[in-house]
Amino acid sequence: MDFINSHLLSLILFTPTVAAAVVMLLPGAQPKLLRWVALLASLVPLALSLVAWMRFDMFAGGFQFEELAGWYTSIGSNYHLGVDGLSLPMVLLTTLLTPLCILAAFSIQERVRVFLALFLLLETGMLGVFLSLDLLLFFVFWEVGLVPMYFLINQWGSKNRDYASLKFLIYTMGGSLGLLLAIQMLRMVTGTFDLPVLYERWPSLDQSLFGLPIATVKTIAFWAFTVAFAIKVPIWPFHTWLPDAHTEAPTAGSMILAGVLLKLGAYGFLRLVLPLYPAQAQAFAWVLALLAVAAIVFGAFASWGQTDFKRLVAYSSVNHMGFVVLGIAAAAWARGTASAADAVIAMNGAVLQMFNHGLSAAGMFFLVGVLYERTHTRELNDYGGLFPLAPIYGGILIFTSMGSLGLPGLGGFVSEFLVVRGSWPIFPVFTAIAMLGLLLTGAYVLKAIQKVLHGPVNARWKETALEIAPREVVAIAPLMVLMLVIGLWPAWLLNVINAAVSRLFG
Amino acid sequence: MTFPILSIIVFTPIVAGVIILLLPAERKGWIRGVALLASAVALLLSVVAYFSYDIPQGGYQMVQKIPWLPAWGISYHIGVDGLSLPLVLLTGVVMFTGVLISWGVDDRPREFFGFLFILATGVFGVFVSLDLFQLFFFYEIAVFPMYLLIAIWGWQKTREYAAMKLTLYLFIGSVVALVGALAMFFASGLHTFDMLELERAGFSGAFQRIWFPVVFFGFGVLGGLFPFHNWSPDGHVAAPTAVSMFHAGVLMKLGAFAALRVGIMLLPEGAKVHLPWIIFLALVNVVYGALIAMVQTDFKYVIGFSSVSHMGLVMLGFASLSREGYIGSGLQMFSHGVMTALFFAVVGMVYDRAHTRDIPKLGGFARKMPVVAIAFIVGGLVSMGMPGLSGFIAEFPIFLGVWSAQPIVAMIAALGIVVTAAYIMIIVRRVFFGPMPEEFEGHIGDVTPLDKLALGVLSFILIALGVFPAWMAPLVASGVNSVMRLLGGA
Repeated sequence: MDFINSHLLSLILFTPTVAAAVVMLLPGAQPKLLRWVALLASLVPLALSLVAWMRFDMFAGGFQFEELAGWYTSIGSNYHLGVDGLSLPMVLLTTLLTPLCILAAFSIQERVRVFLALFLLLETGMLGVFLSLDLLLFFVFWEVGLVPMYFLINQWGSKNRDYASLKFLIYTMGGSLGLLLAIQMLRMVTGTFDLPVLYERWPSLDQSLFGLPIATVKTIAFWAFTVAFAIKVPIWPFHTWLPDAHTEAPTAGSMILAGVLLKLGAYGFLRLVLPLYPAQAQAFAWVLALLAVAAIVFGAFASWGQTDFKRLVAYSSVNHMGFVVLGIAAAAWARGTASAADAVIAMNGAVLQMFNHGLSAAGMFFLVGVLYERTHTRELNDYGGLFPLAPIYGGILIFTSMGSLGLPGLGGFVSEFLVVRGSWPIFPVFTAIAMLGLLLTGAYVLKAIQKVLHGPVNARWKETALEIAPREVVAIAPLMVLMLVIGLWPAWLLNVINAAVSRLFG
Repeated sequence: MTFPILSIIVFTPIVAGVIILLLPAERKGWIRGVALLASAVALLLSVVAYFSYDIPQGGYQMVQKIPWLPAWGISYHIGVDGLSLPLVLLTGVVMFTGVLISWGVDDRPREFFGFLFILATGVFGVFVSLDLFQLFFFYEIAVFPMYLLIAIWGWQKTREYAAMKLTLYLFIGSVVALVGALAMFFASGLHTFDMLELERAGFSGAFQRIWFPVVFFGFGVLGGLFPFHNWSPDGHVAAPTAVSMFHAGVLMKLGAFAALRVGIMLLPEGAKVHLPWIIFLALVNVVYGALIAMVQTDFKYVIGFSSVSHMGLVMLGFASLSREGYIGSGLQMFSHGVMTALFFAVVGMVYDRAHTRDIPKLGGFARKMPVVAIAFIVGGLVSMGMPGLSGFIAEFPIFLGVWSAQPIVAMIAALGIVVTAAYIMIIVRRVFFGPMPEEFEGHIGDVTPLDKLALGVLSFILIALGVFPAWMAPLVASGVNSVMRLLGGA
């Protein structure tokens, strides 16, 4: 018990790795066994992160469940883990989505063993980003997650997978190059990788560096960080890898990509950019807000214009993540000013939106996958009138779409409302345009529903069994329940987020 | 007298080599048995030596000194510190795995293993030498068998050209370096070749400024330093698999190591004057090497040029003149050695089955040889500096060091990482995935268990160092202390 108490985060972090090793050692010819082992193993981190959630003291400041051990001591990097109110919801989201994705991946028939092992490794990579309190360790996990994702797309993806996976990899690695260089520069100047120490030392630094004024150096480093995270979120115009990667990835891959991987970028803003570069973030917040609005509007239009169901959902991620960035930008701008209270609201909305989008995007991709497996087409014009053929599926699709669209009573509404409410006094024009974007969100979601479910029944599918299977209902039910719970009673989650946000940005 | 573990490591290969050469040629089983036994012993002893080094104490350990030519101040003087010990271990690993994957060599295996082992003694000898004359002695022992190994067992199309080019390059390099060494011998007035005494000789600033480039470039040729890197891709490609592994894995380190030990450590003042511009040559290595690798269509040439790029990082670390840079270079020599040995082993296995190395003609090999594909992917990720693997552990400190020396160089060199990622991923896809060409279907089989063992050992080391740098980084850091003392104190 003592060991669990003192190494809770390590256990959450490395159970998936151990599980991946176990899966690799099992016989590859027994896919059933492999699937169940992977599923059960992925429930362990979920249980442990629920334990962490219960024991988490939201009123205590700083990081909790901290662990510190030497790692690469020769250059001063340590294995330093900890969570606060910003990272804990993300950890919970990751550990929750992974088992659901694995359940969704039960339909994978080809090289099941490697698929599951890669998926579990991916979970460790993502969790590591949320848990790291050491900048080098953060970067390690940031990059490590790329490899399994690359192979998931490249090996189990659909037609255009080679192009999509390489684009994903090169885009993200290119983006993190600046991050890597900036991290090295930070280390050289401050002599530490430890985040809590860096928070104190780096922003207050005022000597000149490399013969340049410190403000210039910080601005360059700020942009290096920002571009890396912007690509991952992705913020317009760095989003072009996303539709390809999402569309080509296997269902479970798209779910985790939209559900968690995109959050890594937003989390980078919260964890690193805002605390390390408060002045630069404030100065350039309008740029971020502008790009966020562009993402919201263009994302919605692009989504509307798609005839491929999966691509439509992919672009909707650009649209929804735009709200996260808008909230972050508003908070960065208003921090320490008279409208700091609004900043806190916007930030609450942004973090909650990360969580909600994780639920709804994963759900939507899952439902697209369900349909694709039966029809082998993603073309919206090939569907039509499927509701009577698959009434349960239709109901679930409508419910999840409404969550994505931001219907009051479901999670998406709460977070988008908070973002808009918080940003309104800070960026009135941008927010107004963003709200128009919200209208378009409604338009494309309804278009999708109409094309898929309503209208005359497409005769092609009369003989096909389209109805969703019980296993698939089990995979999506938790997402629907959570969307509803957050929509009706967001306090359980918002209290934790709010306590952290108020401390950091109040 | 203590157990002379280093001497045994150094001479085990040559003794085995001579025994092998004396065996009857048709006894191939015996020959392989002796080879495997000797390489296992050398590996085991280097592991023992590695873990018995006392890091807090630092300095040279397991030292042994016997007068050899006292009239000339030459002695047999060996010992290891934190910089050379990982390289001794590396040599042990590459030798062992090289023997494993050469099990199938059918053309005159007696001479093949005999020469290979003589070469190994030369390499071990250089890494443990504390006497300048002796260092050159072993250096030449290492270079000479290379010629025969490439010219006889190499790739028919280019072996004579490549062997000659390599030998000429390396001999000229070593002669130039030797001139520098003799200059030190006479200028010191100490009448000794002992490097520990030469470190304290206090050469004048003018002397160091003149002779440092001579020594550094002389050895730098073997380290693949631009613009003298030209021999290496040709040599790598022409050599038979085990020799390529040795060649890129260990021999290139010999050059870098000797440039450090003799050039930088004995002439620190000269190093401080010249390295700030040599850093730009190393930068060319890194970026240009990667770009050239990207446009190759011959699988083996890609790896050959990637070695040029990665050895450039070692030189970059040296040239940064900073503690972090040297730690990184020390680790990079080890990491790159293991990684490139893995690469060449994989290339060899693919070539042996497909009889072509033309990348566009390959494809789908992952299904036939999954272990090889996984090993290559691990090596590829190391090569692109992916965190969690040894390449990152080594390259990160190098970049840290370069930041403090020349921020702009760090930024440009980082481009090499993205280029590397691109060509590695393209190769992985083209060679191992995708459809397999018709002509290979049916007759391509999996590799042998010995091959898998070799790949497993190499991959394991790369991952182990990436996840737990603590088993090597502090050792290297202790070795760097003495370099820093020389650079700072002089």
